[in-house]
Amino acid sequence: MTTFHVELVSPEKLLFAGQAESATVPSVNGEMTILVGHSPLMAVLKPGVVTIRETQQGAGAQRLFVRGGFADVNPAGLTILAEYAIPVEEIDVVLVDSQIRDAEEDFRDAKTFDEKQKVSDKLVHLRDLRAAVRR
Amino acid sequence: MPSLKDLRNRIASVKATQKITKAMQMVAAAKLRRAQLAAEAARPFAERIDRVLANLAAGIGPGDGAPPLIAGTGKDDVHLLIVATAERGLCGGFNSSIARLARDHVQSLLGQGKQVKIITVGKKGADILRRQFEDYIIESIELRDVKTLTFDVADRLGKKLIEAYEAGEFDVATLFYSQFRSVISQVPTAQRIIPAQLPERVNDGGLEAVYEYEPNEEEILESLLPRNVSVQVFRALLENAASEQGARMSAMDNATRNAGEMIKKQTLIYNRSRQAIITKELIEIISGAEAI
Repeated sequence: MTTFHVELVSPEKLLFAGQAESATVPSVNGEMTILVGHSPLMAVLKPGVVTIRETQQGAGAQRLFVRGGFADVNPAGLTILAEYAIPVEEIDVVLVDSQIRDAEEDFRDAKTFDEKQKVSDKLVHLRDLRAAVRR
Repeated sequence: MPSLKDLRNRIASVKATQKITKAMQMVAAAKLRRAQLAAEAARPFAERIDRVLANLAAGIGPGDGAPPLIAGTGKDDVHLLIVATAERGLCGGFNSSIARLARDHVQSLLGQGKQVKIITVGKKGADILRRQFEDYIIESIELRDVKTLTFDVADRLGKKLIEAYEAGEFDVATLFYSQFRSVISQVPTAQRIIPAQLPERVNDGGLEAVYEYEPNEEEILESLLPRNVSVQVFRALLENAASEQGARMSAMDNATRNAGEMIKKQTLIYNRSRQAIITKELIEIISGAEAI
């Protein structure tokens, strides 16, 4: 099977650049797997896990959590732009759990609507992050 | 004529200053390396988002139906200036050159009868601009507590801008920062970020790609454009951080060299007056002995 070029970039750094056989991205309309020779596509991603497989057998698979992302498939390859991205194995479950608890507490304590909104945004993000590890 | 003790004190104090400037120069050099790495790491994202936007916008065109972040509000009355400078001084002309560029811009806008609002990022720029444009400054953001510049910092400012834009508080936003060329050259730059300035479309595949969009073109553009604002802010802040350290490094290098020169000159004066005193004493002794 032939490979194609995959890049995953966040504003802070380039997280992945290299050849891969397939990549699974969580688009807003559901997960999809992109193989070599995919027609040009531009998709908004929902928070979730991107899986990049260097071979079809699953060897060298990389799982990365992304939030606020886009996938751009063009003849040159696949580019994933993400506002926030972190390899799944680097997520610290204990830390995230404690942050979730803190956020839940903050949410109960929040008085104004704005405050509640802010905390709930954070909470949603943390829960997405947590869900990425559970799977 | 200062006494020998005065001269010695003077030399000692210049030497102490030189030690400080030398240390600051080395700290700036280390920070510069880090800032440069961060700026380089951010470049791929900015480049990709530029390319994607260019492709998308070319499909939609500047005509009607384009989102206001590209097309503008159709007015040109209220200008928002975001002036990004450093939190600290002692970095040569870095802060004042950005402030000067912003000031010229404000004055030309006021001359045209436009309304001006200013947001300052960084304490130094706020200090300089406050003297003249106190009434126009609507917000001063300080980044003093921010240790490492993350995307979140820029994103918060970006979101704030979008919100204000959608509320119709301004029509055009321009970002002032210093572009990092090299250690000795930082170029103060004004960049319009709202409405977005799109790069020329680059045709990299050779053939016109017919894109599939999911969910659809407008929605993608709508969520991509606000993000682009944050990205531009982020890029500007990173460039600024690198420029600041570069400017500080060369300013401190100059200061160290000047201190060295001053020490040399003062030492020469010190030795000369020391010799003069010895000669005077000798003459006094000899003429005293002759008189007897």
